[in-house]
Amino acid sequence: MEHGIFNPMYPTQFRICRVKKETHDTSTFEIEPENSAQSTSFAAGQFNMLYVFGVGEVPISISGNPAKKKRLLHTIRKAGMVTNAIYKLKTGDILGVRGPFGNHWPLENSIGNDIVIAAGGIGLAPLRPALYQLVSQREKYGKIILLYGAKSPQDLLYKQELAHWRNRFDVEVKVTVDSASGSWDGSIGVVTALIPHTHFDPLRTTAMICGPEVMMHYTIKELLKRNVAPENIFLSMERNMKCGIGLCGHCQFGPTFVCKDGPVFRYDRIHTIFGKREI
Amino acid sequence: MQTLEPYLTEHPFLKDLEPRLLKILVGCASNVRFNAGQFVFREGEEANNFYIIRHGKISIEIFAAERGSLSIQTIGEGEILGWSWLIPPYRWRFDARAVELTRAIALDGKCLREKCEMDHDLGYELLKRFAHIITQRLETTRLQLIDIYGIRK
Amino acid sequence: MTPIKEQSVQSQDLFVLEHEYFQKLLDVLVNLGYQTIGPTVKEGTVVYDRLISVFDLPTGWTDVQNSGTYRLTKNNDKAFFGYVTGPHSWKKYLLPPISLLWKAKRNGNNFQILSENKNIPKYAFIGVRSCDIHAISIQDKVFINGQYIDTNYKEIRKDAFILAVNCGKAGGTCFCASMNTGPKVSFGFDLAMTEVVNNDSHHFIVETGTELGLEILLQTPHRKANENDKYTADTIINNTASQMGRTMDTTGIKDLLYSNYEHPQWDDVAKRCLTCANCTMVCPTCFCTTVEDVTDLTGEYAERVRKWDSCFTRDFSYIHGGSVRSTSKSRYRQWITHKLATWIDQFGTSGCVGCGRCITWCPVAIDITEEIHSIRKTLSADKL
Repeated sequence: MEHGIFNPMYPTQFRICRVKKETHDTSTFEIEPENSAQSTSFAAGQFNMLYVFGVGEVPISISGNPAKKKRLLHTIRKAGMVTNAIYKLKTGDILGVRGPFGNHWPLENSIGNDIVIAAGGIGLAPLRPALYQLVSQREKYGKIILLYGAKSPQDLLYKQELAHWRNRFDVEVKVTVDSASGSWDGSIGVVTALIPHTHFDPLRTTAMICGPEVMMHYTIKELLKRNVAPENIFLSMERNMKCGIGLCGHCQFGPTFVCKDGPVFRYDRIHTIFGKREI
Repeated sequence: MQTLEPYLTEHPFLKDLEPRLLKILVGCASNVRFNAGQFVFREGEEANNFYIIRHGKISIEIFAAERGSLSIQTIGEGEILGWSWLIPPYRWRFDARAVELTRAIALDGKCLREKCEMDHDLGYELLKRFAHIITQRLETTRLQLIDIYGIRK
Repeated sequence: MTPIKEQSVQSQDLFVLEHEYFQKLLDVLVNLGYQTIGPTVKEGTVVYDRLISVFDLPTGWTDVQNSGTYRLTKNNDKAFFGYVTGPHSWKKYLLPPISLLWKAKRNGNNFQILSENKNIPKYAFIGVRSCDIHAISIQDKVFINGQYIDTNYKEIRKDAFILAVNCGKAGGTCFCASMNTGPKVSFGFDLAMTEVVNNDSHHFIVETGTELGLEILLQTPHRKANENDKYTADTIINNTASQMGRTMDTTGIKDLLYSNYEHPQWDDVAKRCLTCANCTMVCPTCFCTTVEDVTDLTGEYAERVRKWDSCFTRDFSYIHGGSVRSTSKSRYRQWITHKLATWIDQFGTSGCVGCGRCITWCPVAIDITEEIHSIRKTLSADKL
């Protein structure tokens, strides 16, 4: 680095401490900075650009507890060239990290409201930090409801946390899968179908949604049907990213840059372009 | 039954139903209960009821010879189960089984069918509401079909 | 916006430089350590390249431009700057097409970023048109005034000397007058010149924009300009303003594009657009880049390189196994909507400076002014 000046295009070295397998194609990587003076603070909803030496970078949401300093967690699905390279790394190996970038879930502004969190598939990863934070300040919020959908029971993330939250009497957890075989005695159906019959006060609810765009699209429809105001619906968007700092132009979504105006967006601010094809 | 009237009046499915027609439905309603594992109805049987789930969970299933029972969808609290009673040939198209202890209100579909033939207002109101349920089921089933969590390869 | 150049223009700061002393001006700049970059004829076009001698200027050449056409013709004019624009813009130097961000060495299962002694070039841009000054100022907003600063861009930009030229003629595809970006150079320059060529004389009426510009001019033989000179310069510029090859009505253009995402004109353009990305390469404000991580053959060294990219490529918007903008229709729509509409919400100004390069260099002659005109036409037809 030149002259000790922070350059956001330079990655910082982080060591892999632990790899926890979540599903057949998804694992959570726990990393620690090589330089112990390096800050690991982040806000729920933000992401890092993770770099594998000589291979490339990929934007991954931070999926750990914001209150737990020292280490960063990233839940990564094996999908492309860089993520496959990350999977070849073992504990002790080094990842380059740039970030945290982006904005965050509106936890402070939702104090006093019922919170409805709707997560689809790996979309639960950027929402888990929000859940940790909400639960740690439970008394500040009304209802806390997690609606989580995945393809099958084998694709569910964070099974231990789900059980833990479900066991709390003050958090409502509804989990559903698109299909299941034999031994599953939970709900089967799309996560959007859970909304009509979930009890919350639509006039005092903040909804936070993350998942495939089609899932978010239908989830928003159901929430609007329940009269949740568009200003109270927040979603996390994804687009191709190269720099992560608003200078390369790749992540543009209408007039916004997902890396710096997002990834969390208030629905009323993007409702004219969200769902429009090929924007 | 008198104890069911308040519940039915409040239920979103029967919202804005004329009091006269609501009374007919109340007259056809009764409390039922299914233990975990119990079948509510089976494919091919005469479809003579529909159910409003008060609490619990019902699994809608198809039986495939080599694979056994396959659950397509589960229905929970507040949801409506069964539309085959209203659409000919009035036979269940799927199995329905309680996943856990389930309490529901059963409405006598056979009786209501006859009343609908005579009272078209009743028929239209019920058909409208069930058309809505069926389209909702279709929409969610389609979302289940397309594997929304998959990655394009 | 924080101006890079302090403006200290008074209308009295006008001087006259005879053409034979232009070389002296170049020499002064070179002696001060500037790499002088200016127009020269190469491969049938006027490009920007190292310019040491006035003999390398495109004297006697002029460009004839129209949709999808560019021809250089000899005209035996004595003017040094008798052309308008070429395929290059100053982003070639401020935002180099290929730029090394950093180099790293493998260290076991770790890596070390190597500290480089970056040699930041000190450029003097010779012959910068008003449209291009606006373009530079627009890219300044992107790279210097945002939350994150592009240090490479800032370093090069900081020391760049701008010798601007007021256009003596308008090009066939020019529409800077419509975009309020010219033809008169009005800010962002160290020196701004209007070339006067007639039977008895060949000289430049020079306006100083900064202390540095004045200092450099004072080192060349010059005289103070008089009212006549000022009048001559103004006449030339007004003439140019009336010759624009194209016009674009920018009234309510943001809302026009925001409310017409489904307009059939996009299907029309899609039948023609090859998504060749020429327009983004020649556009002086297009700034999209990609970041590539490469290793050498041993795998011991890795480099991160920034390269020009274009929203016209299919891969530009690739996520999760597919592209968000997979059709050429959506990519053309993205480019024009960004350039003329979303840019305003992002950076406070239009992204277009009316230089006409995209019109000239499009192999199928797509004209951005025509596309907007077509949309407006169908909308007013609907109203009837």
